[in-house]
Amino acid sequence: MVRIVLRRLTQLSVTLIALMTLVFFWLRSLPGGPVDALLGERATPQTRETLTRALGYDKPIWVQYGRFVENVVTGDFGNSIRTGEPVTAVIGRAFPATVELAIAAIIVAVGLGIPLGYLAARYRGRLLDNATIVVTLIGISIPIFFLGYLLKDWLTQDIHVFPPSGRISTGADNTDVTGFFVLDGLLTRELDASADALWHLVLPALTLATIPLAIIVRITRASVLDVLDEDYIRTADAKGLRDATIRRRHVLRNALLPVVTTIGLQTGALLAGAVLTEKVYNWGGLGTVITDSISGSRDYPVLQALILLAAVVFIVVNLLVDLSYAVIDPRVRVP
Amino acid sequence: MSRTGGITTLSDHKRRRIDELTARTSTAAGVSLIRDAGRRLRRDPAAIVGAAIILLFLIIAIFAPLVAPHDPVQRFPELTRDLTVDSVPGASAGHPLGSDPLGRDFASRMIYGARQTLFVGVLATLIGLLFGVLLGAVAGAVGGWVDVVIMRITDVMLALPSLLLAITLVALARQSTQWTVIVAVAVVNVPIFARLLRGSMLAQRESDHVLAARALGVKRHDIVTRHMLPNSLTAVIVQATLTFAVAILDAAALSFLGLGDPDINRAEWGLMLGVDGVRYLEVRPELAYYPAIAIVLVALGFTLLGESMRAALDPKNRR
Amino acid sequence: MALLDVRDLSVVFRRRGAEPFTAVDGVGFTVEPGQTVGLVGESGCGKSVTSLAIMGLLPRRGNQVTGEVRFEDTDLLKLRPQDLRDRRGRDIGMIFQDPLSSLNPVIPLGLQVAEVLERHQGKTRQAALRQAGGLLDAVGIPDPARRLKEFPHQLSGGMRQRALIAIALACKPRLLIADEPTTALDVTIQAQILALLKELVDQSGTALVMITHDLGVVAGLCDTVNVLYAGKVVERAGRHDLFADPRHPYTHGLLQSVPRLDVDRGGRLHQIRGSVSDNIPWPEGCAFAPRCDRVIDDCVGATVPLEPTRRDGALRCTNPVPQEVPA
Repeated sequence: MVRIVLRRLTQLSVTLIALMTLVFFWLRSLPGGPVDALLGERATPQTRETLTRALGYDKPIWVQYGRFVENVVTGDFGNSIRTGEPVTAVIGRAFPATVELAIAAIIVAVGLGIPLGYLAARYRGRLLDNATIVVTLIGISIPIFFLGYLLKDWLTQDIHVFPPSGRISTGADNTDVTGFFVLDGLLTRELDASADALWHLVLPALTLATIPLAIIVRITRASVLDVLDEDYIRTADAKGLRDATIRRRHVLRNALLPVVTTIGLQTGALLAGAVLTEKVYNWGGLGTVITDSISGSRDYPVLQALILLAAVVFIVVNLLVDLSYAVIDPRVRVP
Repeated sequence: MSRTGGITTLSDHKRRRIDELTARTSTAAGVSLIRDAGRRLRRDPAAIVGAAIILLFLIIAIFAPLVAPHDPVQRFPELTRDLTVDSVPGASAGHPLGSDPLGRDFASRMIYGARQTLFVGVLATLIGLLFGVLLGAVAGAVGGWVDVVIMRITDVMLALPSLLLAITLVALARQSTQWTVIVAVAVVNVPIFARLLRGSMLAQRESDHVLAARALGVKRHDIVTRHMLPNSLTAVIVQATLTFAVAILDAAALSFLGLGDPDINRAEWGLMLGVDGVRYLEVRPELAYYPAIAIVLVALGFTLLGESMRAALDPKNRR
Repeated sequence: MALLDVRDLSVVFRRRGAEPFTAVDGVGFTVEPGQTVGLVGESGCGKSVTSLAIMGLLPRRGNQVTGEVRFEDTDLLKLRPQDLRDRRGRDIGMIFQDPLSSLNPVIPLGLQVAEVLERHQGKTRQAALRQAGGLLDAVGIPDPARRLKEFPHQLSGGMRQRALIAIALACKPRLLIADEPTTALDVTIQAQILALLKELVDQSGTALVMITHDLGVVAGLCDTVNVLYAGKVVERAGRHDLFADPRHPYTHGLLQSVPRLDVDRGGRLHQIRGSVSDNIPWPEGCAFAPRCDRVIDDCVGATVPLEPTRRDGALRCTNPVPQEVPA
C-alpha cells in the first residue's frame, strides 16, 4: 500500500516537473517572448524593459528556469494580464465553483450510472437494456454544449423550471464562507440559500454528467455481464445461495472494480466538460476563467497556472482511485 | 494413416463422403481470427447500421457538388433581404432549409458540411494515428530507456484532459486556422495510440507465435514488421474508428469556445453548431438542430462500427 | 432405488446466428447411493454440459434442456428455480475444474465456505465460520484459522481445490459432482486430491459422479463408467469390464492410446485419427464413424441404439470390437 502511494507520488512529481518545463519553454517560444506574453502586445517599450529586468529575463536561461521553478513551487504565478490581479486570486475565487459543479456531476453520474448499468445487464436483451444502450450511445455522441443549450432552452425558457444561469439568484441572502454555496448555506443555517444554490446546480450538473454517466453505465453493464460469466458465480449458484446474496456479495463488488478506474479517468473529461458547461450556464468557475483567458489576447500567466492545476487534480484523483482500488481488491493489497 | 480393422467393408461412395466431410470440418476449425471476426461483423446489426451511416455520409461528402442545390458560400439576395438580427428566413422556394445568418443556402451548407467535417475528423484521426503508432512501435520494439522516455512523454500528455490539451495547443498558436484545430485534435490522440500499440506489442513479445518465430531464428526486424505490427494494427484500427467520433466532437467544442476555424466561408458542422447554432437557438433552432443531428449521427455511426469491431475481434466472444 | 436417475437428457444450444447444436443427446445413467460413477470422454463430448444440466446451472437463455433428472423422487428439471436453489449445495455438491477462477477473488475464503452453511443450515455467521475452520482442517488445509481470513490468490492450487471440496461437502450432500477436479493441477497434487476425494466419499457415503477425460482417474476411483462421445453414451460398463474388455471402438482406441509400462515398449502409441468436430456429418448414425477403423455401411444409415450387454452394461455400436474369449 505504502509502496503504491510512493510510486505514484514519484510519478506525479516526474510528470509535474516535465509539464512545468514544457510550460516554461512554451512561454519562451511565443513570438515576442515571455514579456510580450505577460504584458500583452500593446505595452510600451518602457514597461517592457522594466518587466524584463524585474522578472530577470535578462539573466541566463538556467537562472530563469530556476526562478520559474521557485515561483511555481511557492505558488507565485504572477498577475493576470486581463485583470491585473494575482493569478492565485483569480483561480482561488473560481476553484470552489468548479469543484462544486464537478462533485455534483460525479454524484449524478455515479448515482444514476451504476444502478442503470446494473439493471441493463440484469435485463440483458430486454427493452430496458436496449433503451439504455441507445440512450448512452447518443449521450457520448452529442456535443455537450449543445445538450446544455437544449436543456436550458426547454427547462428555463419554454417552461420555467430551473434558473437559466449563474450559481445563485441575484439578491439571494447568502454568506460566503468556503465558496461552496450549497455547503455555505448549510454551515450558516441559511437553508434557503443552500436550496437556491442546489436549484442552480441541477441543469449544469446534468449537462456535465452526460458523458461520464453514459460511460459509467456502459462500463458497469459490460463489467456486470463479464462477472456473471465468471466461474465463481457458477460456484455461488452451485452452493444454492439466494439470488440476492449472489448479486450483492459476489456480482456487485467484483463488477465495481473496472467502474472505479473509469470514474478516475472521467475526472479528466469533467475538467474539459466544465469549460463548455460553464460557458453555457455562465457559471463563473475555472472553465469560465479558461474561456476568458483565451478569448481575444491570451492571458498566459493564468493559462499556465490552470494547466498545472488541471494536471495535479487529474493525477491526484487517479492516485485516490488507485488507493480505493487497493481497498476493494485484496489482490492489490498484498505486497 | 493405416486402416487396421481389416473388416472394413465400406462402399467407395460412402468412404469418399466421409473423407470430404472430415476435410471440410478440419479446415473450418482453422479459420483465422480476423476472417472469423469479419464474418461475425457482417451479422451484427449494430455494425451494419454504423457502416451504413458512415457510407451514407461519405457518399454525401464525395458527391456534395452534385447533391447540393447551391454554392455553399453564395449569399442570396432573396434571403439576405429578410435577414434581421432576430430573424433568419426559413424554408422557401429553392431553399428547402432556408437561410443561414449570412443569407446563404442552409441546405447546401449542411451538404458541404459533410465534406468538411469528415475531412477534419479523418485527418485529425490519421495524423494522431500516424505519430502515435510510430512512437508506440519505437517504444515497443526498442524498449529500454527509449521506451521509458516515450512513455513519460505520453504520461505528461495524458495528465491533461484531452480538450484542455487541445485548447492549450490552439492557444499556443495565437491565431487559429483550420489546421490548428486539426493538429490540436490530432496531438491529443497521439499518446492514446502510442500506448495502445506499445501495450499490444509488449503483450505479443511474450506471446507464443512471436516466441516461436524467435526460436526459429527469424530476424528481429522481420518479427516486428511481419508478426507484431499486423496483429497490433487491428487494435489500432478499432481505436481509430472510435477516435473519429471524439475528434469531430472535440472540433465542435473548439468552435464553440471561439477557437475554431475563423474562415466564415467554411461550411463545417461543428462551426455551424458551435457558432451560429447556439447563438440563434431561440430564433431559428434548426440552425443548431440540423448540424447537431448530423454530428450525433456520424459520431454514432463510427462508435457503433468501432465497438462492433472490438467485440468481433475479442477472442472471448469467439465461442 | 437409484439416488440419481438421468433419463434421456438432451441439451440443445440455440444461439442467435448459429445453427442449433445438440451438445447432449439423450444421455441416461444412474447412480446408486454411495456409488462412484465416471463420465468419460474427450473435451467437447458433452460431459461437463451434462453435469451442469443436472445441477440446473446452464443459463436459461439459449439452452434447451429436455429429459428427466430424478434425484431421489424429484425431477430436478421440473423444480422451480428457487426450490432447486434449496437443494443445490445441500443435497448435491459440485466441484469445478479450475479452482482459482471458481473462487471469488475478493471475498475471504472463510466466508466462501461459511455462506453455504448460513444458507442451508441457518447458522449464524460466527458459528458458520467456526465450522468452516473445521471443514478446512478436514480437507487437509493446515492452519485453518489463518486461512479463513485469506483470499484465494494467497493459496496454492492444491489448497484452492481442497477449499472447493470443503465448500461442496460442507452440508454433507448425498451426491457430489466433480467436473475434472484435477485437470488444472500438478500431477503430484492430482494424486493427493484424488486420494482425498476417495477418502471423503468412502467415509461419508456420498455418491460421486466423476467427470474426466483421464482414464487413470477412472481406473482408481469409479465403480461404473459411462463413455461419452458427441453427446451420447456409447458404452457403459463396470470398471473392470471396461478396462479388460472394451467393446466400443472408441473406448478401445482410448485405452490403446494410454502408454503402458507392461507391454510393447518399442511400438508406437496408438492414436485415434481426426478430432471431435462440431458438426456431426450426418443426422442419423454413429458420430464416431469418420474416425472409426471398424466403420461399415450400417454405421451411417440409421440411428444406432444403445443396447444392454450381458454384464450389466450397455453399448452403442453396430460393429463392436470382438469380445475377448474368456480364458
